[in-house]
Amino acid sequence: MAPTAAQETLLTGFDEFAAARAGEPSWLREHRARAAETFRGEGLPTTRHEEWRFTPVAAVAQVPGQPAVAGDVAPSLVEPFLFAEFGGPQLVFVDGRFAPQLSRLRDLPAGVRVSDLGSALATAPDVVRQYLGTAVQFRQHAFTALNDAWFTDGAVVIVDRNVVVESPVHVLYFSTGAGASYPRTLLVAAENSQLSIVESFAGVDGGYVVNALTEVLAAEGAHVDHYKVNRESLQAHHVASTHLHLAKASVFATHNISLGGLLTRNDINATLDGEGIECTVNGLYLADGDRLVDTHTAIDHAKPHCHSYEIYKGVLDGRSRGVFNGKIFVREDAQKTDAKQTNQVLLLSDDATIDTKPQLEIFADDVKCTHGATVGQLSEESLFYLRARGIGKDDARALLIHAFAESVVENIKIDSVRHALEQVLLARLPIRE
Amino acid sequence: MAEGPCETNMLQINDLKARVDDKDILKGISLTVNAGEVHAIMGPNGSGKSTLASVLAGRDAYEVTGGEVLFEGKDLLDMDPEERAREGVFLAFQYPVEIPGVNNGYFLKAALNAVRQHRGQSDLDAIEFARLMKEKMKLLKMDPSFLQRSVNEGFSGGEKKRNEIFQMAMLEPKLCVLDETDSGLDIDALQVVAQGVNALRSPERAVIVVTHYQRLLNYIVPDFVHVLSEGRIVKSGGKELALELEAKGYSWIEPNTVGA
Repeated sequence: MAPTAAQETLLTGFDEFAAARAGEPSWLREHRARAAETFRGEGLPTTRHEEWRFTPVAAVAQVPGQPAVAGDVAPSLVEPFLFAEFGGPQLVFVDGRFAPQLSRLRDLPAGVRVSDLGSALATAPDVVRQYLGTAVQFRQHAFTALNDAWFTDGAVVIVDRNVVVESPVHVLYFSTGAGASYPRTLLVAAENSQLSIVESFAGVDGGYVVNALTEVLAAEGAHVDHYKVNRESLQAHHVASTHLHLAKASVFATHNISLGGLLTRNDINATLDGEGIECTVNGLYLADGDRLVDTHTAIDHAKPHCHSYEIYKGVLDGRSRGVFNGKIFVREDAQKTDAKQTNQVLLLSDDATIDTKPQLEIFADDVKCTHGATVGQLSEESLFYLRARGIGKDDARALLIHAFAESVVENIKIDSVRHALEQVLLARLPIRE
Repeated sequence: MAEGPCETNMLQINDLKARVDDKDILKGISLTVNAGEVHAIMGPNGSGKSTLASVLAGRDAYEVTGGEVLFEGKDLLDMDPEERAREGVFLAFQYPVEIPGVNNGYFLKAALNAVRQHRGQSDLDAIEFARLMKEKMKLLKMDPSFLQRSVNEGFSGGEKKRNEIFQMAMLEPKLCVLDETDSGLDIDALQVVAQGVNALRSPERAVIVVTHYQRLLNYIVPDFVHVLSEGRIVKSGGKELALELEAKGYSWIEPNTVGA
């Protein structure tokens, strides 16, 4: 099949880009070349593609694929997206490139390395080579291939065996408003290590494209707390995938708070590849206007005795659209699986819509799998109850919407992040009629 | 504005008619309630008791098709539910709503401050608020842990009803409307609830007790008893009327000679 215009636009300049990165190790250059080939073959998905039925991404092709040159950005623009009293290092990337002058680096205990990808390739090339790209499932995903081909930089966090890192790590990917960038995060948590990491995405107003890819590899007994905060420009396209490879007895939780973007697509793919794993995948998304938020999760129970918990909540106003697709696979071998999935959506206007679809594929016979989706308006009965106690209509609405959303945010264990998001929620929730 | 006994009746209901889903429920209720009085509204299921309570509180589902309700001389039916609450009308719900995620303490503070602002009083500070809560919780024998919980979430039937009266004690309304507060209560809970209500009785405050059974009226002794049947008050009397109803049931009083 001849490449479409979109495929060409999105790879225009790739050969020059690759040539300019001749200093990279050959395995990485080959990796990029293969990814470009894959994308050339795949092309951008259309709404005829089952996984993209409700999410038209043609607009992404309007922005050249070649990574944006990092723009100048005043520290005052980035500042609001860093967390006050965070207690750990905060790495800032501008348009996909590490910006040490904007970052707040702090000493970390021995046994944990946090750096940009360039430095990691210099200091720990074997580790990067061993893990980069290995957690990525669904490699046919066109956006994954594009990220693989084009990523310019990223954050690498490596925690050694038995190391417990008390201070969290924050990685902020900031966009200056135009072009495309390809944030890349690699977290490798060795046996019995513990770490919390926050990935933030933000930018100045503009129709930029962020195509992000995150990999988390949790070895046996590792505990990883992951948070993702999307505060992109309301004109931006944000397409991201998070790939989790979890080993025996690891405990992993992710909370995905999605507030920005004209179009946001999050894929979370978790492979539970050992016994006794506990995996939590929670999220909250808000949308209004003509915005669209699409979440696709896939939790693959490959081994017995694992638990997965998933709660996603959406608040949709205006003419916004939400899409939720939650896959749970339970392999033949995965007896005693306990999987719970819940998707709850609050529709605040007549024109907001949600397409929600649980998708369970179970091949084992001794398992517990539950799923539920609720879509509704604010409860008239609850509103009346609050008003009958003297609380005004607007305040009553605000209380109920906030309560709905807050139940996800309150699970954020890093105080500074939770407090910041509570403030953002108060400001951003469509609490007035 | 100065508080105190006023010239007008506290509540004046004149020929009130209301319907829900095109079904006429109230067919002309007239009732006068003065400060200091306790009125019991009794009647069989479907007689319109709870509809009357809901219409007074301003529930949307009911459409008022005729008559008027004056609260301290003001048109009550013209007010939003929150305005009625701020003016001093309190409905203790028959089925209190569970509201996950809304903390009891936070909710009460918001409600109390809304009511106080309306009365021209300043917001209570955290210490005053905590002191008031503690005092009223003791009155209703409530566990302090309740403050950390969400509004009515996971409460037993009895806890929910106690919570209604607790809220009433906090907000100190002028007119308390208790909608089947006794339903689902065991005798101990009933006594606690009644004690809470009685503690609020005062010459400035009126209470309307809506109930199917006479049992609650052993503890909250009414000044007047009205019997509602098919949307009309068919009989009024003193507290002895409740005992008579208990002994004879409602059938002797059904208005088979009344109406079209």
